[in-house]
Amino acid sequence: MQKPLTLFSPPSPAEHAAFGPLGSRQHLYSSRFVGTEFPEPIEDEPPYYFLITTYISYLILIIFGHVRDFFGKRFMQDSYKHLRERDGYAPLNSDFDNFYIRRLQLRINDCFRRPVTGVPGRFITLLDRESDDFNLSFKLKGTTTETLNMSSYNYLGFAQSEGECADAAEQSIRKYGISFCSPRADCGTSDLHLQVENQVANFVGKEAATIHSMGFVTNATIFPALVGKGCLIISDQLNHSSIRFGARLSGAVIDMFKHNDMSELERLLRERISQGQPRTHRPWRKILVAVEGLYSMEGTLANLPGLVALRKKYKFALYVDEAHSIGAIGPRGRGICDYFGIPPSEVDILMGTFTKSFGANGGYVAGSQALIDKIRVTNAGNIFGETPTPAVLTQISVSLKIINGDLVPGQGEERLQRLAFNSRYLRLGLKRLGFIVYGHDDSPIIPLLLYHPAKIPAFSHEMLKRKIAVVVVGYPATPLISSRARFCVSAAHTKDDLDRLLAACDQAGDVLQLKFSSGVAGGQEAMHDGLMNEKQNEMRARLESGSEVVVTPPRWRLEDVIRCGVADVKQPLY
Amino acid sequence: MNTTYLSTLHGTELPTSALHFIDTVVASFHRIPGSAIVIRYIRSSYQNDPIRSLVELFLFIFAVRYLLAPTYSTKKNKHVHLTEEEIEELVEDWTPEPIATQETDFERVENERRPVVVGPSGPKVKLQNGRTVTNLASYNHYNFANHPELAQKAINTVRTYGVGPCSPPGFYGTQDVHMKSEADIASHVGLPAAIIYAQSFSTISSVIPAFCKRGDVIVADKAVNFPIRKGMQISRSTVRWYEHNDMKDLERVLQRVVKEGRGKPLTRRFIVTEGLFENVGDMVDLPALIELKLKYKFRLLLDETWSYGILGRSGKGVTEHQNVDPVNIDMIIGGLAGALSSGGGFCAGTEEIVEHQRLSAAAYTFSAALPALLATTASETVTLLQEQPGIIQGLRENIRTMWPQLDPRSEWVRCTSAPDNPVMLLVLKEQVVEERKLSILDQENLLQDCVDEALLNGVLITRLKAMPIALGASPRELSKEWQPPPALKVCVTSGLSKKETEKAGITIRHAITTVMKSRKWQRVA
Ligand SMILES: Cc1ncc(COP(=O)(O)O)c(C=O)c1O
Repeated sequence: MQKPLTLFSPPSPAEHAAFGPLGSRQHLYSSRFVGTEFPEPIEDEPPYYFLITTYISYLILIIFGHVRDFFGKRFMQDSYKHLRERDGYAPLNSDFDNFYIRRLQLRINDCFRRPVTGVPGRFITLLDRESDDFNLSFKLKGTTTETLNMSSYNYLGFAQSEGECADAAEQSIRKYGISFCSPRADCGTSDLHLQVENQVANFVGKEAATIHSMGFVTNATIFPALVGKGCLIISDQLNHSSIRFGARLSGAVIDMFKHNDMSELERLLRERISQGQPRTHRPWRKILVAVEGLYSMEGTLANLPGLVALRKKYKFALYVDEAHSIGAIGPRGRGICDYFGIPPSEVDILMGTFTKSFGANGGYVAGSQALIDKIRVTNAGNIFGETPTPAVLTQISVSLKIINGDLVPGQGEERLQRLAFNSRYLRLGLKRLGFIVYGHDDSPIIPLLLYHPAKIPAFSHEMLKRKIAVVVVGYPATPLISSRARFCVSAAHTKDDLDRLLAACDQAGDVLQLKFSSGVAGGQEAMHDGLMNEKQNEMRARLESGSEVVVTPPRWRLEDVIRCGVADVKQPLY
Repeated sequence: MNTTYLSTLHGTELPTSALHFIDTVVASFHRIPGSAIVIRYIRSSYQNDPIRSLVELFLFIFAVRYLLAPTYSTKKNKHVHLTEEEIEELVEDWTPEPIATQETDFERVENERRPVVVGPSGPKVKLQNGRTVTNLASYNHYNFANHPELAQKAINTVRTYGVGPCSPPGFYGTQDVHMKSEADIASHVGLPAAIIYAQSFSTISSVIPAFCKRGDVIVADKAVNFPIRKGMQISRSTVRWYEHNDMKDLERVLQRVVKEGRGKPLTRRFIVTEGLFENVGDMVDLPALIELKLKYKFRLLLDETWSYGILGRSGKGVTEHQNVDPVNIDMIIGGLAGALSSGGGFCAGTEEIVEHQRLSAAAYTFSAALPALLATTASETVTLLQEQPGIIQGLRENIRTMWPQLDPRSEWVRCTSAPDNPVMLLVLKEQVVEERKLSILDQENLLQDCVDEALLNGVLITRLKAMPIALGASPRELSKEWQPPPALKVCVTSGLSKKETEKAGITIRHAITTVMKSRKWQRVA
């Protein structure tokens, strides 16, 4: 039987398209971590034949690619000319580097860079396009589709063209103009900058902060200003490209540790501190451990309690990139320190971006007054980079005031609590339907594992048919085997929106055979308080010791998921 | 059904036992959930061609080897074996340096004296101390920043798009306004395509490593700006320098690179330089450069961050100014955050060059898109420059008014900028430096005093900032690094009348004279 594709018709565009109304006071929650030891989420694995067929499909893709290249290079020389020497110029792209793009990514190109228009809020309007040359190029059809937006990093729903932020941004442009046209070091420092810097410093709980007009550059320029030759950077293996960029520029020695693995980090620290610098064996001048608060592809939170304990013992400086966690995590939205109840003084440098929760652009670095004073004059991003523009600064400032409750008291709190509720609700729902999802329960980023490369475009298309915009990622952004779709939950979503997504996933999951969770990672009946950790620890112990694990794979019916969801998400999840 | 399909496919070549084996494999494969999709996929993208199957088999084996190939080990062998107690002790003994070192005196002054603007940053600005001064420190050369119509259009954009796009361009962050600005800029520059980055400063640092890899050769002007240097550092390419704007020396370096490359596999070769130099202010000689580039078969990356929107009749940049066809340049990088009063930067080139960056330029792929309101502003200002050439003329006239006030009239400084460059860099004359034995730090301090003195008299200017040095670098390494000579930076704007410009010029000249004649700097060694 053909199931209906559009499950709910989206409301008319004008109505709550950027921010959905709260359905019920029941749809609120406040997340914080209680306990001492922060458990790693258990990673479920699909049955073996899924893994094997995934590898096989990659092999097939690679073989196809090589075969097509083999013939193409002989018979269709024109389309390969960019890979070959041309009148004495080496090819611009090496054949090898370009292989994945040409042969894997091109097939699914229509799932990426979909052009949009309007506010990236609760809904997002896609510009319809088509390709008549197998995704090499696209033509706009001139029509649009309004889709449920599960893709933007709009955690607190501040992407709006009306409301307090937009009103203030308008005023700001009227008062300050469009741009300051100058870097901070020349005359790009205005009262607005100082105000936002103060607000940010207060918000994250540090003495001072500096801001930049781009989050990427914040990371890319701060590392060379902190460390250099004779120093060591230890970086989580899954850290963002901007952190690697900055770390490489600094000239320090770079080490990586397995994602969130505290014992490996400790082993590395002991090894490195005791051995000193390579060759000379001189003691290190500084050691900087860099992690992210919330990992954007995994949905995992940094193990801050573990890191802080290690920092005490090994005296390294701790750098936390809160790009995704600031605003999105913690009962007051102040990031992972807030979530774990750890004083911000335990982290040396708190960095974050305004592109996500605040609906603006740019990034900040917060730390001690001495540190910030120093980097104001030594950080290239401050010296040469253009300053954030007035509208952007005002967006940051007003959204911060709303989160704090200084402006429209109650609204900020509601946004935070809606996000916390929505994150847990969607995650629990997906687990119960039988999907494998990664990450911690309170994370607003929920990766749903697809594994098969062929399912990447298939899932994206199934969702688009149901008017839902999702992000799908595969190799090389993820390990070869774990292609995934990523949902970013927002406070702008209503529970109905999430139910619509759950229903769509339920259908797509059946069509594409995506429900392969074994149950070890949860999705069971809700439990009473206190039991969750016991149960999870029990499961972990069993998994570790390799003994038999008996769980029933959760395969709830959609109706039951929706019926029990609201009450259950407020219980400890398992 | 699929089974038969595959058996006919292989049937022509393979013995029956193999055929049987394949059939069972296929049959069991068929039982695997999800296989239907895979098979449909195979069929739709493949044709019934037995020869290919053989090749495929061969490639299958190749692929298995490829995937199983061991990654090479990076284990260090200089390991000293230590016991657990020894390690404990070493850990306890280790005291790191504080993460932030103390500010130097000069840095403290810089922090204290940094001007803070209250309200809009126009040709006249109000400072935090309540004074209103003439602003010759910002790149707001056409005063687009306070253009009421542009502001209204920016507001309209905020009212339709909100402020931030909340996503990188690859994941639903590409808005129609970005596509429009890219097209507008490409057609203005005169190249087939363009890509917009969210920040001007960092654009070229990402463009370079997207194309230049380890083993490639970059030949760069000695005076290139900081982000170019960082881009080259990240790229891990071999960098060769030529003397600033010296085409003879460039040719010598190119010849050497070509000679060294003979008999080896051809690598990518690039020349990287600027249109107007951020550090010196002078202009590249494009016709000569292009002749060399074509002769020695190098690709040319031209950083027009400081010349785009400034040079040429309609602001197209050096190409228009020197009558060069832009297609001779492989990549033109420009900024939108200065004269165009918007934000972000761009790289223009062929479709191929632009599309490649969308997947492999880090600051594009891994960073949120430019706010929509800045994209529309960029489109608008690009259009204004083309439709109203008078705007650029106005700026040129003011530059022409400012010049003679400072150079040659000043006894102490000379201007190193090109005559059409609205960013006038004033360096101390060699003989002054020599006579008074001024070290680099002295010069910086002296020029800071000039900035302060000018500000006292109501004109805001700045100093050219030195490029930050790598932490922990030894004095030997530092001495090898090129640094621009200390300079004053005077940014001319068409937002001021000729009279005001002239008056500001006189103030600056007098400020310099006052400082030079002050007791503090009178010391003759
Ligand atoms: C962890 C992390 N750091 C930094 C950034 C860069 O921020 P922006 O998009 O503001 O350049 C991102 C953005 O994707 C990120 O995920």
